[in-house]
Amino acid sequence: MTHLPGLALRSAWNRRHTLGLTLIAIALSVALLLGVDRVRQDARASFGQSVSGTDLVVGARTSPVQLMLYAVFRIGEATANMSWAGYEKISAHPLVAWAVPLALGDSHRGYSVVGTTRDYFDRFSYGAGKKLAYAQGEAFSTVFEAVIGADVAQRLGYRAGDRIVLNHGAGDVDLAEHSDKPFIVTGVLSRTGTPVDRSVHVPLEAIEAIHLDWQGGAPIPGVAIAPEHVTKFDLRPKAITAMLVGLKNRAGVFRVQRHVNELKDEALVAVLPAVALDQLWQVVGVAERVLLAVSAMVVAVGLAGLVAVVLAGLNERRRELAILRSVGARPRDIFFLLTLEAMGVTVVGALLGVMLLAALTALFAPLAASQYGLVLEPRLIARSELALLAAAVGVGILASLIPGYRAYRLSLADGLTPRL
Amino acid sequence: MNRAVIDIRDLRFAWPGQDAPCLDIESLQVEAGERVFIHGPSGSGKSTLLGLLGGVLAAQRGSIDVLGTRLEKLRPAQRDRFRADHIGFLFQLFNLIPYLSVVDNVVLAGQFSARRRAQALASSATLRDEAIRLLADLDLGGALLERRVTDLSVGQQQRVAAARAVLGRPEIIVADEPTSALDADRQSAFLDLLLHECDAAGTTLLFVSHDHRLAAHFTREIALHGVNCSWRERQPA
Repeated sequence: MTHLPGLALRSAWNRRHTLGLTLIAIALSVALLLGVDRVRQDARASFGQSVSGTDLVVGARTSPVQLMLYAVFRIGEATANMSWAGYEKISAHPLVAWAVPLALGDSHRGYSVVGTTRDYFDRFSYGAGKKLAYAQGEAFSTVFEAVIGADVAQRLGYRAGDRIVLNHGAGDVDLAEHSDKPFIVTGVLSRTGTPVDRSVHVPLEAIEAIHLDWQGGAPIPGVAIAPEHVTKFDLRPKAITAMLVGLKNRAGVFRVQRHVNELKDEALVAVLPAVALDQLWQVVGVAERVLLAVSAMVVAVGLAGLVAVVLAGLNERRRELAILRSVGARPRDIFFLLTLEAMGVTVVGALLGVMLLAALTALFAPLAASQYGLVLEPRLIARSELALLAAAVGVGILASLIPGYRAYRLSLADGLTPRL
Repeated sequence: MNRAVIDIRDLRFAWPGQDAPCLDIESLQVEAGERVFIHGPSGSGKSTLLGLLGGVLAAQRGSIDVLGTRLEKLRPAQRDRFRADHIGFLFQLFNLIPYLSVVDNVVLAGQFSARRRAQALASSATLRDEAIRLLADLDLGGALLERRVTDLSVGQQQRVAAARAVLGRPEIIVADEPTSALDADRQSAFLDLLLHECDAAGTTLLFVSHDHRLAAHFTREIALHGVNCSWRERQPA
């Protein structure tokens, strides 16, 4: 019965307005379902890419997840600092190859400011061991110089040589300014797709310098120390927020971790980035599963709508089905016709959803990368999404049997003369 | 040529859940080429008889032989195939599929039956050509072929349905009150066209109507309420 698909198609086209709306509902719901999964996958991938080559992250004792969030991802704030003495003690451990201090807490127009050393630019790596590179200029060498990430440069229109003023605290509005001590941008880093893109890096001493005449989060009244005089002060930091540690031999990671965790004079914690990320995913996983379940239900609602629309139209089509019966259609042809129609809408809707998602991902990838550090990989569909798509289409095909069966029963009962 | 095209014996049919039979025919024969006018009041079993002949209903008892085939011995799908191959149907109203063009509505009969397709292709190059030829025979052509069937007048719709019923020369045409929605002039014009098509193809015609005035056009008249025992029994004496 090769003409049946053509017949189903023309019948569907005849009711294209109602079916079209159903098609859109299915496309949107499938795009949502796959989109939730895609953002989940890509979020994990881009978080996982954010730090590599760092064996331990050390900070004041807190939960490993929280330490990772503020030290590496610049999300949230540190509740306590670690002492410079602690930093020096850990750096001196025989298994430690390198250590980079991080002093956080200030910001520049919403972007976090990281006080660190020049080692940061050599030691920090991301993705599959990629190193930081300069799009313009070079690392800072004197106190009031800054190296900015790619997003900072792009969004604020900065180039090497520009002067910028830092804010005290994090956030975007109404912050006290360190306007008496402006910084010169010496370098702009190439894009990495990590939080580095959204950071302003300054020397550790600069963090001390801009707070010389501050106390308790505000300038000390009547005290103003000009930038040219700050070098007369001892700019060695008393405290930092966290430190990144690289080991000579990764096998020693648990020994060093235990060493840090058991330090007597200060409550510190050393975290393996991968372990902390795993914990993070366990926490986030609950929300992810809820989101996925909700979007699966949205798909179910879309399919229920489809079945309802086809079933509702069936009564008006009893005459049409009787005509087909009179020219020789078997009840199973009628079943096939109605099932095919619902199936077609499901499959076309799902394909439209896939294309819609691909378009949306491509459209919002730059925004997601710059605003949230979320790198959305442009793709039509991933292998893991294929399973979700197959499940949605499979349920749709099963649901399509309902109007098919109903029409089958109707055409058996009606025969050639529908009782309307 | 005087072979029985339809031979019904001892046929009894009751709707599911009902004890009393709706149709009870001891004997009814129709011969090839006959033009039979079947009439009877509503409830006399006309629709049921058509359902049985078309093979969408199965009798509980008796035999119904159409063109030498015992319909009651076929499986439902075989009866559907038999109907598609040998019987053209024509109904009172709404004979056409609204989303198909005039020509496609006619072609439909050849799509469900290989036999009727083959016979249509014996007289025209394609099913479409044969449909257009038959429509022209019934005074339908030109721009009308491209119109939506819902834009046609009732008389035009019935002629399109007639073209579909005769496409591929089925041996039998069953027409169930096809003229009742037409005014008197158009009734007789339509009937003339239909009879002409049947003559041209040598088709046996069963024409069901309650309008007794039309009986004059036919070679034989059957009063179903006279044949149907169960109907007689149900009437007050």
